[in-house]
Amino acid sequence: MHLHDLWFILIALLWVGYFFLEGFDFGIGVLTQLLARNDTERRVLINTIAPVWDGNEVWVVAAAGATFAAFPDWYATMFSGFYIPLLIIIICLIARGVSFEFRGKRSSHLWQRSWEQVTFWTSLILAFMWGVIFANMVRGIAIDRAKSYVGTPGDLFNGYAILGGFMTLVLFTCHGAIFAALKTDGEIRERARKMAPALGLVALLLMLAFLLWTQSNSGNGQSLGVMVVAFVALVVAMFFNQLGREGWAFIFSALTVVATFAMLFLTLFPEVMPSTLNPNWSLTVSNSSSGSYTLTVMTVVAAIFAPLIVIYQAWTYWVFSRRIAVHHIPAGGH
Amino acid sequence: MELAIAHETIARWQFGVTTVYHFLFVPLSIGLGGIVAGLETAWVRTGKEKYFHATKFWGTLLLINIAMGVVTGLLQEFQFGMNWSNYSRFVGDVFGAPLAMEALIAFFFESVFIGLWIFGWNRLPKKVHLATIWIVTIGSLLSAYFILAANSFMQHPVGYRIDASGRARLTDIWRVLFQNTTLVQVFHTLTAAFITGGAFVMGIAAYHLWRAKRGRDTDRKRIAAMRASLRCALIVTAIAGILTALSGDRLAKVMFEQQPMKMAAAEALWDTQAPAPFSIFSVGDVGKGRNDVALEIPGALSFLAKSDFHSAVPGINNRADEQVRLFGGTRDEYIPNIFMTYWGFRLMIFFGMTSFTIGLIGLWLTRKKFWVDRAYRTGEDEPPNLMITNKIRINDFFTKWSWRIAMLTLGFPLLANSFGWIFTEMGRQPWVVFHLKKTADAVSPNVSVGTQVGSLVALSVLYAILAVVEVGLMIKYAKPGPKVDERPPAKDPTLRISPEEHDKPLSIAY
Repeated sequence: MHLHDLWFILIALLWVGYFFLEGFDFGIGVLTQLLARNDTERRVLINTIAPVWDGNEVWVVAAAGATFAAFPDWYATMFSGFYIPLLIIIICLIARGVSFEFRGKRSSHLWQRSWEQVTFWTSLILAFMWGVIFANMVRGIAIDRAKSYVGTPGDLFNGYAILGGFMTLVLFTCHGAIFAALKTDGEIRERARKMAPALGLVALLLMLAFLLWTQSNSGNGQSLGVMVVAFVALVVAMFFNQLGREGWAFIFSALTVVATFAMLFLTLFPEVMPSTLNPNWSLTVSNSSSGSYTLTVMTVVAAIFAPLIVIYQAWTYWVFSRRIAVHHIPAGGH
Repeated sequence: MELAIAHETIARWQFGVTTVYHFLFVPLSIGLGGIVAGLETAWVRTGKEKYFHATKFWGTLLLINIAMGVVTGLLQEFQFGMNWSNYSRFVGDVFGAPLAMEALIAFFFESVFIGLWIFGWNRLPKKVHLATIWIVTIGSLLSAYFILAANSFMQHPVGYRIDASGRARLTDIWRVLFQNTTLVQVFHTLTAAFITGGAFVMGIAAYHLWRAKRGRDTDRKRIAAMRASLRCALIVTAIAGILTALSGDRLAKVMFEQQPMKMAAAEALWDTQAPAPFSIFSVGDVGKGRNDVALEIPGALSFLAKSDFHSAVPGINNRADEQVRLFGGTRDEYIPNIFMTYWGFRLMIFFGMTSFTIGLIGLWLTRKKFWVDRAYRTGEDEPPNLMITNKIRINDFFTKWSWRIAMLTLGFPLLANSFGWIFTEMGRQPWVVFHLKKTADAVSPNVSVGTQVGSLVALSVLYAILAVVEVGLMIKYAKPGPKVDERPPAKDPTLRISPEEHDKPLSIAY
C-alpha cells in the first residue's frame, strides 16, 4: 500500500470521527428547539455536550490540517471550490462556539433567547451544509485542467446535494436524540426516546434515496456492503431505542453515521475530487498528494498522537458520564 | 489587470483583518492561561483561599477570551485554501506539515482539556484538575510554536527543494521546526504573550486595588486576591518584558541578515550608510526615495544590526535595485509599504515597552519586604502604600496616577502585538514566501471578486459584533472582582461519584 492510500484512509477516519462526534452535538443543538420545552430543559440538553463539544470540533481542524499536509491539491481545490458553503460553515462554527460560552453570561431574557436561537440555527445549518459539501465531493464538480473549480457557487446547490444536506441534517438530529436519551434523565429522557423513531424513519428514507443514488452513480462492491451496514445499524438502533437500551442504541446510531460517511469515502477512492468536465482532470490520491517524505513525517506524528488523542478524549467522556436531569441544573444566571 | 489587482488586495485585506483580530485573543490566552495555571498551583500548594478566588476570577475572563481565540482560529486554517489556493498548492507539502501537527499535537490538548478544566472543578481531584490547566497552557504554547514554524518558513524558507513541477517539497522537517528564524520568532512572540497577560492582570487588579484605596471596596478577601494577582502580574510582565526586548534584538539581527529590506523599511533608511543611524522620527517621501525630516541617533542602527558602531547597513534603494537584478520587474514592486513598516515597528516597541516599564516600576513600588520603612508595610489583604524609598512616600497625585497608568496600559501589549504582525507581514511584501513566490501569484484564481468582497464584509461585520460582545462581557465580569463567598470544594473530589453526590446540582453549568 502506498503512503498516500494510507493517508486517504486516515483523513477519511478524521472526517468520520468528526461526524460521529460533532454529529450528535449538532443534533443536540437542533433539539434545543425541537425537544426542550422550557429554559431548564434547553440547559439540560446544552449541558450534555458542554464539556466535550470543543474537543469534538477539533476533529474538523485536524481533518482540514491533515488534508493540507497530505493532499495539498485536494485541500486547495476543496476549500476554494466550496468557498460559499465553507464561508457559511465557518460563520456558523464561530457563532455556535460563542453561543454556548456567552449564553449564560448575562441574565437578560432577550440575551439568553437570542443565543439559544443562534445555537439552534447554526447547528441546523452546519448539519445541512456538511451534507451539501460531501454530496458535491462524491458527485464531482466542474474541475478544470489546472485543478480549480470553475463552476458557479449556485451549481453546488443541486438536487443531489440538497438531498444529501437533508439526509445529514435528519441523521445527525436522530443521532442527537439518541444521545440525549442516553445522557439525560427524567421526563426529557422519555421524550427524547419517543422522538427518536420518527427521526430515524425520516433519516432512513433520506438515506435510502441519497445513498442508493450515490451507489448507482459511483458505487462499488465495498460501498454497497457498507451502505447495507448503515441501513441495518439504523434499524438496530431503533430497535434498542424501543427496548430502552440507550447505550446500545447510541452505539448503533454512531455506526450508522460512521458507515454512511465511510460509504461516501469508498465511492470516492482512489479519486478525492472527481471532475465532471473531464475524468482525466479528476483529483486522485496519487496526483494530489504530498511527497513521500512529508507523508512519512506525518505518519510518524499520527502514529504517536492519534491513539493518545482517542485515549484522553474517551477519558473526558468517562469523567462526565453522569446523566443530567432538570434537578441538576443550578438556578441563577448561568 | 484591474480585477487581478483587486483580487489580491481583497484577499490580503481579509487575511490582515482576520489575522490581527485572531491575534488579539491568542497572546492573551497564552499569557493569562499561564498566570491562571500559576495561581492555581499556588492554591493547591498553599491552600490559601486568596489564590483560589484569584484563579476562579481570572479563569472566567480567560474562558471568555479562549472561546473567541478558538473560533476565530478555525477561519485561519480554512482561508489558506479558500483565498490562497495557489499558495496552498505550492507549499502544502512543507507548510501543511506544521499546521497538521498543530492540530494533532497542540489543538487537541487545548480543546479537550479546557472542557475538563471548566467543568471539572468538583469532579476531578485537585491535582488532576491543576494538571488540566497546565496541559491547556502547554497546548497553547505548542500551538503557537507550530504556527510560527510555518510562518518562519514563509519568512525564511529552509528544508525544501523545488521539484520539476515547480512546487516546494519538504526535505528536512527538523530544519523547518528548528531553524533560527523559528526559534527566535517563537521566543519573541511567546514572551510578548506573557507581557500581554501580565499587563491585562495588572490593569484589572490595579483597578480593584485603587477602588479599595479610595474606600469603595473594603472586602479584605477580595483585596487579598487582587493584591496577589497584581504581584504575580508585575513579576510576569517584568521578566517577560526583559526577555521580549532581548529576543526582539536577536530577531532584528536575524532579519537584517535574512530580510534586509524589511529592516531598512523599518528604519526608513533609503540609501546604504556606514555608520548607519537609528531613526527616531522621520517623514519620508516614497516618490523621491528619501526622508524630508529625520531625527536620528548616529551609529545606533549599525549596532542594532551588526553589534558595532560603524558597519554599513544597506538601504531601501540599494536593496530594491538588487532585487530587480535578481528577479526582474520594477523597483517599486520590491519596496514594501514604508509608512506601515516604519510606524508598525516603532509602535510595536513603544506599546510593548511601555507596559514593561510600568510593570517594572510597579514591582518596585509595591514591594513590601525589602527596603521599606515598617510604617509603610501593608498586610496581605490591604492595598499597598506606594513608596519611592524608605523615607519618601509618593504624594497623592502620583499615587492616583500610578494606579491609573497601570489600568490604562492594560491594552497596550495588544496594540504592540498587532503592530508587530503588521510590520512582520507587510515588511515581507511583495513576497508570500520570501524570494520564492509573490503574494500576487498566491491567490485563488477561481474565486470571484464579488465572492471575496462578500466574505470580507460578512466576516468584518461578524467580528465587529463579537468584539462588542466580548468587550462588554469582559467588563461585566472584570468589574465586580472575584466572588469571595465562593468556597473551594470541602473535600478533595474523587473520580468516582458516590450516589449521594449524584443528585446534587452541577457546580458549573452553561
